[in-house]
Amino acid sequence: MSDQVPSAFQAALARGLISRRTAMAGVAGLAGIAGLAACGSAGKTPTPGATTKARVKAATDTSDTDKLVNWSNWPAYMDVNEKTKSHPTLDAFTKKTGIKVNYTEDYNDNEEFYAKVRPLLEAGSDTGRDMWVSTDWMVARLIRQDYVQKFDLANIPNHSNVDDSLLNVSFDKGRLYSLPWQSGFTGIAWNPKSTGGKKIETIDQLLTDPILKGKVTLLSEMHDTVGLVLLALGKDPASFTAADFDAAIAEIQKAKDAGQIKGFTGNDYTKPLASGDTAACIAWAGDVVQLKADNPSLGYALPAQGFMLWSDNFVIPNLAKHKKNAEMVINYYYDPAVMAEVVDYVNYISPVKGTKEVLLKIDPPVASNPLIIPSQDVLSRSHVFRGLTAAEETDYNRKFQTIVTG
Amino acid sequence: MSEPGGDAAVTEVQRPRRVRPSYTPYLLLLPGLAWLVVFFVVPTLSLASQSLQTGNVETGYTLTWHFQTYVDALSHFWPHFARSIIFAGIATLLTLLLAYPLSYFIAQKVGRWKNFLLVLVIAPFFTSFLIRTLAWQTILTDNGPVVALARSTHLTDLLQWVQLTNNDSLMNSRFAVICGLTYNFLPFMILPLYANLERLDHSLIEAAGDLYATPIKTFWKVTWPLSLPGVVGGTLLTFIPAAGDFINSRLLGNTQTVMIGQVIDSEFLRVQDYSTAAAVSFVLMAIIVVIVAFYVRRAGTEELV
Repeated sequence: MSDQVPSAFQAALARGLISRRTAMAGVAGLAGIAGLAACGSAGKTPTPGATTKARVKAATDTSDTDKLVNWSNWPAYMDVNEKTKSHPTLDAFTKKTGIKVNYTEDYNDNEEFYAKVRPLLEAGSDTGRDMWVSTDWMVARLIRQDYVQKFDLANIPNHSNVDDSLLNVSFDKGRLYSLPWQSGFTGIAWNPKSTGGKKIETIDQLLTDPILKGKVTLLSEMHDTVGLVLLALGKDPASFTAADFDAAIAEIQKAKDAGQIKGFTGNDYTKPLASGDTAACIAWAGDVVQLKADNPSLGYALPAQGFMLWSDNFVIPNLAKHKKNAEMVINYYYDPAVMAEVVDYVNYISPVKGTKEVLLKIDPPVASNPLIIPSQDVLSRSHVFRGLTAAEETDYNRKFQTIVTG
Repeated sequence: MSEPGGDAAVTEVQRPRRVRPSYTPYLLLLPGLAWLVVFFVVPTLSLASQSLQTGNVETGYTLTWHFQTYVDALSHFWPHFARSIIFAGIATLLTLLLAYPLSYFIAQKVGRWKNFLLVLVIAPFFTSFLIRTLAWQTILTDNGPVVALARSTHLTDLLQWVQLTNNDSLMNSRFAVICGLTYNFLPFMILPLYANLERLDHSLIEAAGDLYATPIKTFWKVTWPLSLPGVVGGTLLTFIPAAGDFINSRLLGNTQTVMIGQVIDSEFLRVQDYSTAAAVSFVLMAIIVVIVAFYVRRAGTEELV
């Protein structure tokens, strides 16, 4: 920048017309503007159809020499031995293969995690992770942005155990980049103490019943909340249009304006629901199964008009150093005996065929819980939110957030 | 710009007096300066730049000097700005009312229990901010003793009448958010006040008494003016983070109590509109700087600096 400092300015400086401090401020100002411009030019030039940009995908795989795999997962998403605080299935994997699993529960929120790893993936550097577990729509985004690698299915022979209904998804045709870890339903939960014993089984009731006024929470997860409202309007979340989306948003806005909704929550809806401060809410089935252990009176409904099915999926990011080890971990968990142990603890829906048979032996009550081992009939009424284009994603998120942050 | 020649004359007079120039102070400053540059100046510039760029996350951003972003951000989110300032202001006032007597008591009246009480003030910091805020959900729960007491004393009616709550509960209301802010930032008020009041010169108070000042007059003429640096320090440490807070309003509020921090979180993480998020952050910073500058000037406490 200094070569651009005007010579008159330098002359004034030399003559002592400008104090050093003023001069420094001036230079800092110029540098500041240069900095602004530099930050701007550092951004990429927008190119239409940017998904076609070339990216370095694979790193040299050190799996065979470096017996290690780095796995980021959501909290409370793995079996725990309450006494030793260890993860029995992970320990068994290490014992069996000699591969140490660096298991980190640092995936608290799809968007937060994405914000953390995106700059690294965008810059083409290693994220320090070999695998993590993302929700369907986040997988769609990661694939769209070319941030994840194709699996080598030769390393995942147990892949044939994955439930057929989960293999054909719109955001990853043929499951080349993602494989399911756990699935779950999104439905309606209520506390009979606060509803006067009334059952809340439809979205319509949730959004309009005066008995619930000011005591309803919805999920800040757009795909779950809007998906359920779409179904209540008779639209399919797997194939809705922009107009359908707007109609669903208008429905939620109406309920909010009427004072029906007290807030939008993440996982933190559980405590107020259990205490009765929240009378009814949109809730994840796995959470309610766990809550019911302490509060058996809580109700849970999968609306007759349809409900959401989501999955969290394994992905392997670009430049993962231990891709093969990561694939071995996935293969290991696709053994029904291993998956049954995990499901027995976390109470979500297993993506692996044959889990039920194992559970029947080790924990019959869990095996007979329709929210953990759903029947084909129940599964057939569940819906998966469709993958969105970049433009849709921005537009829909903005419309939904406008309601959330009102 | 200073007047021509003035500076030069002064430095020429001073120069011979200097025996050996010492670089030590500058070297000692270096780590602090480097820290400020890397973690404040560069991010601030980057934020300023981001706020004037257009584009999206997937295709990248370019600097287009798009000032309209600021206009849009202000017209959409001015209620959130106003709400944040009001909530933070009320919370700051409440912390001051709570912290002043407490700090005075700890600093002047408890003798050897001083350290123990200070530890009690700081003790909540050993728990995470999130947990402490979630605890308020339990405190203000509908079936809890606090709500029962508030209902029997008609406090809930009063709060509803002044529109701090919407119904006969306490949770998910303006009241709950302000309670959370007040509680979470209380130690930031107590500690500077304590540090100040601890140094209070008792002979001045005795002198006021000798001159027949009533205790109230002594407080307003002696104690309060002397404690102003502590008050200003404490209010700044409370107000600034409280205005940008988004946890309390998220966990304790409802859809009508959304604060500006939540908007920034939502624009940055959920909508991924980095430009608007940056513009809102910048406006928030500017508002706080203006308020603080005005306030510090009014309070006139040179001792702070």
